[in-house]
Amino acid sequence: MTIRTLTALTLGAALLASAASAQTLRYTTQGDALTLDPHSQNEGPTTAMNGLIYESLVTRNPALELEAELATAWEPVDGGWQFTLREGVTFHGGEEFNADDVVFSINRAKAESSDFSTLIDSVTEVEKVDDFTVILRTDGPNPILPNQLTSIFIMDEGWATENGVEIPQDYAANEETFAIRNANGTGPFIVEERLPEERTVLTRNAAWWGEGEFPGNVQRLEYRPITNAATRVAALLSGEVDFVLDPPLQDLNRIEQADGLTVSTTPQIRSIFFGFDQGAEDLRTASVEGNPFSDVRVRQAIDMAIDRSAIQRVVMDGLSAPGGMVASPGVLGYTEAMDAPTEVDIEMANSLMEEAGYGDGFSVRLDCPNNRYNNDEAICQAAVAMLARIGIEVQLEALPRAQHFPKIQNRETDFFLLGWGVPTLDSHYIFSFLMDSEGSWNATGYSDPQLDELVAAMAVETDLEARGELISQAWTIVDEALPYSVIHHQVLAWGLAENVELPIAADDTPRFRYAIVNE
Amino acid sequence: MLTYILRRFLQAGLVMLVVSAVSFSLFNFAGDPVNNMVGQEASREDRERIRDELGLNDPIPVQYVRFLGNAVQGEFGLSYRLRQPVTEVIMDRLPATLELVFVSAIIAMGLGITAGVYTGIARNTWFSRFILSSSLVGVSLPTFIIGISLIYLFAVQLRWLPSNGRPGTVDLGWWRTSFLTADGWRAIILPAITLSLFQLTMILRLVRAEMLEVMRTDFIKFARARGLPERIINFRHALKNTLVPVITIIGINIGGLIAYSVITETVFQWPGTGLLFIQAVEFVDVPIMSAYLMFVALLFVTVNLIVDLLYAVIDPRIRIGAT
Repeated sequence: MTIRTLTALTLGAALLASAASAQTLRYTTQGDALTLDPHSQNEGPTTAMNGLIYESLVTRNPALELEAELATAWEPVDGGWQFTLREGVTFHGGEEFNADDVVFSINRAKAESSDFSTLIDSVTEVEKVDDFTVILRTDGPNPILPNQLTSIFIMDEGWATENGVEIPQDYAANEETFAIRNANGTGPFIVEERLPEERTVLTRNAAWWGEGEFPGNVQRLEYRPITNAATRVAALLSGEVDFVLDPPLQDLNRIEQADGLTVSTTPQIRSIFFGFDQGAEDLRTASVEGNPFSDVRVRQAIDMAIDRSAIQRVVMDGLSAPGGMVASPGVLGYTEAMDAPTEVDIEMANSLMEEAGYGDGFSVRLDCPNNRYNNDEAICQAAVAMLARIGIEVQLEALPRAQHFPKIQNRETDFFLLGWGVPTLDSHYIFSFLMDSEGSWNATGYSDPQLDELVAAMAVETDLEARGELISQAWTIVDEALPYSVIHHQVLAWGLAENVELPIAADDTPRFRYAIVNE
Repeated sequence: MLTYILRRFLQAGLVMLVVSAVSFSLFNFAGDPVNNMVGQEASREDRERIRDELGLNDPIPVQYVRFLGNAVQGEFGLSYRLRQPVTEVIMDRLPATLELVFVSAIIAMGLGITAGVYTGIARNTWFSRFILSSSLVGVSLPTFIIGISLIYLFAVQLRWLPSNGRPGTVDLGWWRTSFLTADGWRAIILPAITLSLFQLTMILRLVRAEMLEVMRTDFIKFARARGLPERIINFRHALKNTLVPVITIIGINIGGLIAYSVITETVFQWPGTGLLFIQAVEFVDVPIMSAYLMFVALLFVTVNLIVDLLYAVIDPRIRIGAT
């Protein structure tokens, strides 16, 4: 190494040190964004990172309300939705933002190799009306298109063409594409350094349209993923990071009691529940002939035998919200009445079992993940003891998610634990995947033509009031049919340094444009 | 001699073949990768299409032959998780692991040999006993606990050293190194100590035992009788003779350090191949898992092959015994 490079290094280090004082926020989570290509991977942490760099037409604020981003207004028109675009927006590379970029990006996100294509598969055509107006044509009315667009980010057409990334990378392709490590968005932060799974540095975009409109004052974001939970907490305790997105629940007390640190919590949009295969002729793992789960009385008995407040107290350390609905507060269609947890009533449950002809009980296998949801395996263990009280002998099989989820997708389970988050914040998302006869995650065999009709109807009803009525009818049907027995909604927690103000959001996505670092 | 070498090569090849079969079978038994690659919204048709693209629907023997053919060329396909060529990803991470292993090996050898010689010579001092009993801790405590304790003491309580990551690296184009900046050194110290402890203890005990052995031999007694100073006896006569087996063991164990850096790298978020492997397991990123297994196996097989061949060169009796 020459003297010159040495000097450059020292100078560089000095510059870094001075920049660090100008409202830098250092943070960590368990897993890095998988790619910077905004249409490649539909995965929480990836979308959260890309959402700092790229922007969508419509977005959500920390209270999860829809908010204008690259579109300033939107309204349903005949055969689709019309969006009025924001003027005077530039990409990080200096390119002007206009309707061509929207047409290009939506089509790119619809490519077969895009992980987002199903999310917007109702869009048949993107039509440019003028430079700042586009119409998204849909195959029939789609009332929730704006909700679905919140994770569809807009790229610059010229930049993408120039760098040969007109379509998201496909598995068949054998090289990494330019867009995986480089980004050119319109968002509040610009990528300064990207070392995947090691370090990502983002700096404030001085030319951002939202400058002055949001309270945040962060000039520089330094992100480092830390896989190991104990190390992640240690980094917060030692002052190496200011914000831990996913501290383990058992460490929250310790963080709160440490000097200069605080914890904020909020109910998460994710419900945890048991599912029963009520459709099978014969259960695979049961000790009895036939299928006890096909009898609604057995499902009710199980629902009554589960002591949700005990699970909340003992298993979750208070960090959960017991519930009765596969929808969390904040999801359109949620009602407090329907979410009331079922009361424990062992006597009643036993008599229901008796009535159904299973007075002597039976045994069955419960499939459970052990690395996906908060304390997932412990919840199942607690349920084993609770169900024993009504004569159901449960063999617990807890496996990593990579082995657990295929069982559900391939319909190879009698009785399982599953959690469901709702990115669109709309009940349709829940019905169409979990309760519809054709639902790709519906492993219960539950099938009700009337419900299917309602689900199909709410997908195209644009009159909001009528649509709300359809949703409410569907929930009533599901509540009685009981294809799932809900345990609780997860609570999420963030660990923060006391001088950092960052509004917590139920979708676990930090929105740094609102973050304030006090000196 | 030629048959001996050929035989050794053949055995090495056989081992690699077996490992390749194990690596390959990961593709079929380690959960469903497609499930992790696509979002929860993906339809059944999407999953099927990806299975087709990845060749997961071909008959198993066809898949195996394709796997072998690619593996021989160092080609393991795209990582399911990162969507980058696996060989490239591993090569990217290798400098971090090799530097960590290098520093740990220096610590283990430096301290291990010094302490081993000391406890071998000054057998009955309290300090010797202290070293020996505390070295037991090095073998019996799990790496994970050692790492977390070091983090707690030096990062959380004293705030002297960083608890994780690999800051302060300098990119030389083909190699990203921690050795050129103070930050780089500060970051490597804790993980290197953690990784070295087991080896350190082993070297210490080995050197001590060998020292005691050598000290009893006639030629040391003879050296004493000649009136040579203790220092010369200890270092020129005794130590020199103990080092031959010690160096052999160290050589073999460096391979082990690379393979077993997994836990240390996870605890310290050290961005090397071990951490890469753990992340791959979490995600069922089979191409990375199987490439890593092959890589580690190749490392062991190569080291063993070299050791075998060196022995044969040094000691002709081994060749006879082998045939």
